[in-house]
Amino acid sequence: MINLSDFLLVSAGLFCIGLYVILTKRNSIQVLIGIELMLNAAILNLVAFGKYDKISNGGQTFALFAIVLAAATTAVALAIILNVYKKYKTIDPGKTDHLKD
Amino acid sequence: MTLVKVMFYLLGFIVLASALFIAASKNLVRTIFMFFVTLMALAGLYVLALADFIAITQIVVYVGGVLVLMIFAFMLSGRDTLANLQAQQNHFISFSKLPALLLAIAFFIVLVNVLFRTDFNSLPWVNDAIAQKNVIAPNDAMTGNIGVSLITRYLLPFEILSILLLAALVGAAHISRKEQSA
Repeated sequence: MINLSDFLLVSAGLFCIGLYVILTKRNSIQVLIGIELMLNAAILNLVAFGKYDKISNGGQTFALFAIVLAAATTAVALAIILNVYKKYKTIDPGKTDHLKD
Repeated sequence: MTLVKVMFYLLGFIVLASALFIAASKNLVRTIFMFFVTLMALAGLYVLALADFIAITQIVVYVGGVLVLMIFAFMLSGRDTLANLQAQQNHFISFSKLPALLLAIAFFIVLVNVLFRTDFNSLPWVNDAIAQKNVIAPNDAMTGNIGVSLITRYLLPFEILSILLLAALVGAAHISRKEQSA
């Protein structure tokens, strides 16, 4: 079977690409995609380690919880992005720099 | 080199290559559809990690829910966003992106360094699991197992998660509703 370190290597690469996407993109939806990439790297780690926990299923259950949390986060974040677009007419996170008042 | 290894390297390459394309691309729609490819290949990796139920959940929740939401948000946010994107410079590595690139590469080096210093064959809890036959075998049916442990051992996190989902639902609906003149 596949080694644990191979999974962790793929996951590390995915995490760093997500970090780069978050730091460089100037569009909130793309920043959100970067966050999702990092979350998926974490889920891949959970699943890879979960192989060694057959009885209590820790890794796979919390991977499931993480997927559901990511979906809830995305729904709220996209609602916020739409509101920001309505107010500022842009979704560049660098340009939305003042509060309501 | 078994077929499983070949599949693993193929899927891992697809995951990393499509993620790199997301990092390099300027076009938002292409980014979203490449994210679709990344998620599908990740579901394949979950299957190779013997978590078939997680893989199906990934496809249903991410591909069915999150991506559709993103495409909706893109369509509702209009053409100004596209104009903004086209105004950026056309280099993959421009000077303003250098610190981010350096940070990402440095972090990757740190992670890989930790990985290569760890001896995964002598981790005590992994050896314990192997000694107690607590390892998932490729022909185990895990879905029923996950269902039982979700309702017994992880009942409290499960219920807390349902409350959080309800809160997120109400919150998202409240944020995105039309502003009343109150």
